[in-house]
Amino acid sequence: MILDGKCPSGPLANKWDTHRQTLKLVTPANKRKFKIIVVGTGLAGASAAATLGELGYRVEAFCYQDSPRRAHSIAAQGGINAAKNYPNDGDSIYRLFYDTIKGGDFRAREANVYRLAQISNAIIDQCVAQGVPFARDYAGYLENRSFGGAQVSRTFFARGQTGQQLLLGAYQALSCQIAAGSVKAFPRTEMLDLVLVDGQARGITVRDLTTGEIRCHAADAVILATGGYVNVFNLSTNAMGCSVTAAWRAHKKGALFANPCYTQIHPTCIPVSGDHQSKLTLMSESLRNDGRIWVPKKSGDTRLPQDIPETERDYYLERKYPSFGNLAPRDIASRAAKEVCDAGYGVGPGGRGVYLDFGDSIERLGEDAIRARYGNLFEMYERITDENAYRQPMRIYPAPHYSMGGLWVDYNLQSNVDGLFVLGEANFSDHGANRLGASALMQGLADGYFVIPYTIADYLARTTPGTIEDTHEAFRQSRQQVAQQTDRLLSINGRKTASEFHRELGDIMWEQVGMARSATRLTEALKRIPELRDEFWQNVRIPGSAQQLNQELEKAGRIADFLEFGELLARDALNREESCGGHFRVEHQTPDGEALRNDADFAYVAAWQYKGADQTPVLHKEPLTFENIELAVRSYK
Amino acid sequence: MDLTLHVWRQKGPKDKGRLTTYKATDISSDMSFLEMLDVVNEGLIKQGIEPIAFDHDCREGICGTCSQVINGDPHGPQARTTVCQLHMRQFKDGDEIYIEPWRSRAFPVIRDLVVDRSAMDRLMQAGGFVSVKTGGVPDANTILIPKDDAETAMDAAECIGCGACVAACPNGSAMLFVASKVGQLAKLPQGRAEAARRVCTMTDAMLEEGFGNCSNHYDCEAACPKGISVKFIAQLNREYFMALPKGHKEKN
Repeated sequence: MILDGKCPSGPLANKWDTHRQTLKLVTPANKRKFKIIVVGTGLAGASAAATLGELGYRVEAFCYQDSPRRAHSIAAQGGINAAKNYPNDGDSIYRLFYDTIKGGDFRAREANVYRLAQISNAIIDQCVAQGVPFARDYAGYLENRSFGGAQVSRTFFARGQTGQQLLLGAYQALSCQIAAGSVKAFPRTEMLDLVLVDGQARGITVRDLTTGEIRCHAADAVILATGGYVNVFNLSTNAMGCSVTAAWRAHKKGALFANPCYTQIHPTCIPVSGDHQSKLTLMSESLRNDGRIWVPKKSGDTRLPQDIPETERDYYLERKYPSFGNLAPRDIASRAAKEVCDAGYGVGPGGRGVYLDFGDSIERLGEDAIRARYGNLFEMYERITDENAYRQPMRIYPAPHYSMGGLWVDYNLQSNVDGLFVLGEANFSDHGANRLGASALMQGLADGYFVIPYTIADYLARTTPGTIEDTHEAFRQSRQQVAQQTDRLLSINGRKTASEFHRELGDIMWEQVGMARSATRLTEALKRIPELRDEFWQNVRIPGSAQQLNQELEKAGRIADFLEFGELLARDALNREESCGGHFRVEHQTPDGEALRNDADFAYVAAWQYKGADQTPVLHKEPLTFENIELAVRSYK
Repeated sequence: MDLTLHVWRQKGPKDKGRLTTYKATDISSDMSFLEMLDVVNEGLIKQGIEPIAFDHDCREGICGTCSQVINGDPHGPQARTTVCQLHMRQFKDGDEIYIEPWRSRAFPVIRDLVVDRSAMDRLMQAGGFVSVKTGGVPDANTILIPKDDAETAMDAAECIGCGACVAACPNGSAMLFVASKVGQLAKLPQGRAEAARRVCTMTDAMLEEGFGNCSNHYDCEAACPKGISVKFIAQLNREYFMALPKGHKEKN
C-alpha cells in the first residue's frame, strides 16, 4: 500500500492556513457531547488535554505517574526553538524549517515541518502568558542562546530546566481545566489496550496501578501522547517508566509504526560507571556552547587531563567540522565520540568517554559566568561523579535519548486508524531521521496547543457523539485479553527477574542495533531477540498479585512489549539500506566516514503493519516529495 | 560496602506497617541510593519475597517522584539532593540505614514507601495557575519583566513538587510548596491579575486537605532538594494579608 500523508497542496507558506479553512468545526453547544481520551500528560498530552478542555470537549487524561506534572518532558533541559528572530541575527520561519529538514537528513515531510516552524512563535507567546519564567536580559526582554545544528540564536530557555517550566505551564493549564470540570485526570493508570469498534478508535483499556483494577473507558476519539521508546536499549536518558507499551498495543490493533530505526543517541551524557547502572543522565547539549570536546592524541594516555598539554589534545569536532565545531548536530557528535573511543582514545572507566572542557571559557568569561549558565548541570555532574567540572573537564559519552520514529500519522496527526491521533514524540512526523536540539519541546507543544484542536474537530464533526458505551462487546473482549496477559505473566514463576531480561535486551540493542549498524549485526539481533522473548515467557519471575500495586508486574508488561518492538526496530534498520541522521549503516558511508544517503531508493517513510505474533510485518511506504528544497548532502564542515 | 537496611513495609493503605531488616552487600560507592535498592530488590525477588515498593521515575532529580525518609531526613543526608541523586559514597561500610515513606496526614501510604500525594495536585487545581486560555495572547516581548523579578520567579518555580517540605515539617505544612507557586506567579505581571484570588483559594485548600500550619521551623527549606527559600513563605503571608479582604470577595 502506498500511504498518503494528505499534505495540502499549494504554496508551502500557505498550506496550513488554507488547510484550516477546509477543516470542519464543531459548534460550542455540540463540543460538550464529545468525549476525548488523552493518554500521557507530557508537553503534548497536557497541552492537548488542557486546550481541548478549554474548548468545551469532555476530556479524560491518563498517566502512569502519580501526578500529571511528572511526565518525562520535565527532564528536558536546554530550551525550546522558535523563529522569533529577536536577536536580529537572520532567523526566519523558512530558516527554522530548513534547518529542521536538513537536521533530519531530508527524511521528514516538508509540510509538517513548515507548519511546526510557523507555530513555533505562538508557543513562546503562550508560555510567557502562562507565567513561564524564561531567561531575560536587563531590559526585561527574552534572551536566546544558540544550540546544535543552527547558526542563529533561536533557543528560549529557563535556566537548565526549560522542559520542567514548560511542562508546569501546561500542567497548570491542565489543573485549571480539572478544577473547571472539563478534564478528568487519571494518574497512576496505565493504558494496556486500544479498543476499536467498526475500525474506529473508541476507547482504551487501562490498569489502575494502585488497585490493579482493569477497566475500560469509551470515547469519541483517542489521542496518544505517550512519548518515545528508547528504553528498548535499557540504559537511556528516559525515565524508568517510559515505554513503548501504549504505542505498541495500538500498533497491534492496526496502527502503522513508522521509521522505528530512527533513534537519537545524545552526545553529552554522563558515562556508565558500572553494572548496577539503572539509567543514564543527560546533560544539556547547551554545554557544547562553552565547552570544547577533546581526547588525548596518544591512545591509552593515562595522564590527568590537566597534565596533557594543548598540543597533545585532539579537538576532533573542531578539526573535522570547522564551521560548526563543537556545535555539530547530535548524531554527528555522538558517532564521532564513539569512533574515537573505539579507536582507543577514550578516557575514564573502560575508555568509554571523551572530555568536555570548560577551561577556555572559564578563563575568558570567568567562573561566575559559567556558573550562571550551567551551575545546576555542574552540580548534577558532581553529585553523580564526585568530580568538580570547574577544576577538571567533564567526561561525557553518548546515550540513547529520543526516538524520531513513532506511530504513523497524516498531516492531521491522525494515524491510519480512524479516530486515533498521535502527538509529540509518540508520532514520527517532524524530525525525520534526526532531531535538532530544542525542537522536541517545540513539537510537543505545537501538536498539543495548536494543531490537534483544529484537526480533531474535523474528525469529530463527521461522527455522531456518544454512540458507543464501555459495555460494548469490543470492550469486554479487550478487558478479558488484558487480564489474561496479566495472569499469564504472574503464572510463569521462572528464575530470572524482569530487569535481567531488560538488561539482556539492552545489550543486544546497543551492541547490534546501536550507533553503527551492519547487516550482519542486525541479522544477528533478529535471531537473538525472539529467542530472548521466548525465554522471557518461560522464565520470568514476578512476585505478588494482580490486585495490588505491583511494580514488577508493570515493568514486566513493558519489557514484554520491548521484546517484540526491538525486533521491529532491527528489521526497519536492516531494511533501510542507507545512512541518514541517527541511522548509520556501516555499509553506506563516504570514504571519510560520513553518512551516505540513498535518495533514489529510500526517500520514503517506512510504515510497518503488524501481522500477528511471530509473523513478519508488512512494509508500507509513504514517498517523501520535496517541492521546495533540494535534497543536499548534509554537511556541517 | 555492606549495609543493614531497616525498611518500612506495609501491604496496603489499611494494613499495619512495620520496619523490616535486610542486608545490602557488595554495594559500590558509585551506585545511587535507588540503584542500591534495585540490587536489594533483585535479591528479594530471587528469594521469592515481594520487593520493596518505592516511587521513582526520572532518576535525575527533576520529576519529583522519589520520596523516602532516610535516617529521619526526607531525601536523606545530602543537602539539595533528591533520593535518586543521592549516591552511596555518602554512606560507609557497616552503616545502618532507616528508610521510611513520607509521613504526613495528607499523604496516606499506598504500599511500603509509596504514598498518595494527590493532595498537592488539588492544591494546584485550587489556583496554582494563570487562567489564560490557548491562543489570542500578545507577542512574548510585549510583556517586559525586570531581570531580577524573572530570576526570583524562577527561584520559586524550581519546585519539583516532591513533598519533602511537607514530610519534613513537624506540622505537615505545605506552606513552602504553595509559597513557591504563589511566589512565582506574584512576581510576574501575567500572574498579578489573579494574585489575590489565588493566594486565598490555595490557602483554603491547604486547610481542607489536612496540611498543618507554618510555625517557622524551616525544616522545609533544609529538606528541599531544590533549596527553595522560606522567604517565599514570608511573601505568601504578605500576599495573603494584602489579599484577604479583596480575595475572598472575588472568590464569592
